[in-house]
Amino acid sequence: MNQNVILEAIDVVKHFGMGSGWLSQTPVVQAVDGVSLEVRRGETFAIVGESGCGKSTLARLLMRLLTPTSGDVLFDGRQVSTIQGEELKTLRCDMQFIFQDPFSSLNPRMTVAKLVAEPLEIHAPALSAQDRRAKVAELLRQVGLRAEHADRYPHEFSGGQRQRIGIARALASGPKLIIGDEPVSALDVSVQAQVINLLGDLSRDLGLTLVIIAHDLGVIRHMSDRVAVMYLGRIVEIGTTEDVFSEPKHPYTQALLAAIPSMDGPVTDHSATVHGEMPSPSDPPPGCRFHTRCPHAQALCKTQKPHLSAVQDASHQVACHFADTLQRRHRPSTATQKSKTAEARFALYRAATEGGAVTHNAKQDQP
Amino acid sequence: MALRFRGQSNDVVDHVSLEAKSGEVLCIVGESGCGKSVTAMALMGLLPQESSIISSGNLRVGEDIFDLTRDTLPRVMRGSRIAMIFQEPMTSLNPAFRIGDQICEAIIQHSGATRPEARARAEDMLQRVGIANPSQRLFEYPHQLSGGMRQRVMIAMALANDPQVLIADEPTTALDVTIQAQILDLIRDLRDATRMSTIMITHDLGVVAEIADRITVMYGGQVVEQGPVREVFDNPQHPYTIGLMSAMPGLDRPGERLAIVPGTVPTIANMPKGCRFRTRCAFAAATCAQRPTLSEIAPQHHVACHFAPLEEHIEVTR
Repeated sequence: MNQNVILEAIDVVKHFGMGSGWLSQTPVVQAVDGVSLEVRRGETFAIVGESGCGKSTLARLLMRLLTPTSGDVLFDGRQVSTIQGEELKTLRCDMQFIFQDPFSSLNPRMTVAKLVAEPLEIHAPALSAQDRRAKVAELLRQVGLRAEHADRYPHEFSGGQRQRIGIARALASGPKLIIGDEPVSALDVSVQAQVINLLGDLSRDLGLTLVIIAHDLGVIRHMSDRVAVMYLGRIVEIGTTEDVFSEPKHPYTQALLAAIPSMDGPVTDHSATVHGEMPSPSDPPPGCRFHTRCPHAQALCKTQKPHLSAVQDASHQVACHFADTLQRRHRPSTATQKSKTAEARFALYRAATEGGAVTHNAKQDQP
Repeated sequence: MALRFRGQSNDVVDHVSLEAKSGEVLCIVGESGCGKSVTAMALMGLLPQESSIISSGNLRVGEDIFDLTRDTLPRVMRGSRIAMIFQEPMTSLNPAFRIGDQICEAIIQHSGATRPEARARAEDMLQRVGIANPSQRLFEYPHQLSGGMRQRVMIAMALANDPQVLIADEPTTALDVTIQAQILDLIRDLRDATRMSTIMITHDLGVVAEIADRITVMYGGQVVEQGPVREVFDNPQHPYTIGLMSAMPGLDRPGERLAIVPGTVPTIANMPKGCRFRTRCAFAAATCAQRPTLSEIAPQHHVACHFAPLEEHIEVTR
């Protein structure tokens, strides 16, 4: 196996509601249906899709919080989808999770010091109390909190600070890989930017591999190296972020990108907007699962399931029967056209927030 | 038609004036805790009287002026001439009633129509908001509908009485992007068809660019910048507006560090005197302890900052 690959999923399937008894006939929800992917060491890998596409289930499968119905998950070349006990504990040490909601994922009755020390107690029980305290302070500093924050309770912190505590907890065991399920979507824009910067710094400084689940394409474009687009439990397109965003091949990816409201004003390409809504994963359409909403669907799409295949180079794969023949939709350039004035003020602002010295000329001095 | 509101409860909303012309979409932008939702609730007269004091403020719809400080809005206003849609359509629809009955209730309350008339009107409204098979959908319960569909029902209900003003509080935040695009299209079409004025509250500047004619940026219960949307985007004046815009993880500069607005919004009790943004502003000076006035910097473009335009008054050396 490739040394570069840290996490690999091979044809992973997760169906829920299989254990229906003789009285209840629960429909089977095909949350994840045959997903294969590789995450490379040190990269930031993103999984994007709308609600109900199975991205969170996939994250939990990769993390071994769920066991797959079939298929394998390999971490560092080791099969992890069925391990238990001590082995699982070691895995948890190498792989950590950041949750979406910083309000419900921290125990309100524990101080920050206890919250961050908890994973240390489990993964490094040999550490003396004093060393542990020092390590907690170090972790808090790393995520941009101060040492005196250690004795406070979660309710005393804002959403962004709580997310930082969550990140400190995830870092405590010294993981190689962190999976974040919508780590910034509950935060306000200005705070979101702080956390995105923090995650970027950490992955660079500590050589972490990040797997980010998100629905915000702006966040993904900004953070990730490679991206997988999911629709109804399957990957429809996978490739480098650059390729997928500049040359989207799958009609669903094209529709997603066209639907992002742009700062340039109302330029959204309404012809590319898909109609209707995602069908239920308990009764997915046959063939290509997107065919019910696809503007290019043909008879073949309704019967035959398309497989991921390379388009131009091996790194960019798409699951569409007509990926080669689809007319390339002319997309308006994604680069925001900012005016010169705005550009100059952004530069001024950036300089000032990054520690430049600010001198004021009083307004009265102006002619 | 113009709508005007001057509210000043002790702190939460501080001398805010808004105006939306007929057929216009005004977007109020700001982060959580900036007072944008409270402003909308006060406009609708939805704030509980025992816990909130509106110490000054008028509301004008068309030719009629109401004193917001005195008493509750007359019934004829709320829900018929001004209507509101909320962020989470699941929690604002009653799960125990069929959607048809809920829309009919709104119609009968305000117009005195008979039940068959109301039913016909409800069916017509569902058709207009793009729900297929409206005659069947009337008999369904909210849980049988998807999120986007529920928001369409909310819009149908809000517009059933032909309001002159529609207030939409984060109407697309809970929805996926493809559904969000559909709902924004719908609001745009309805605005063109009915010439109603829309006040839309959002935190997504992308949505603002997509739909707004004018924008109001709020921070800490005060308006910091206001103007036509293109003008504000091309010529942002207030440091908070600039910070918000540059903190958006855009599609244009992947990988680069985002500029940030340091810190978080202070609570209302800890709000600084003077310019409320000064504790987080990179350009703050002693002058900022005095409250800046909202003054016109370009035609129709108002900003509340002592140092606008920044490049004339501020130099930054690295």
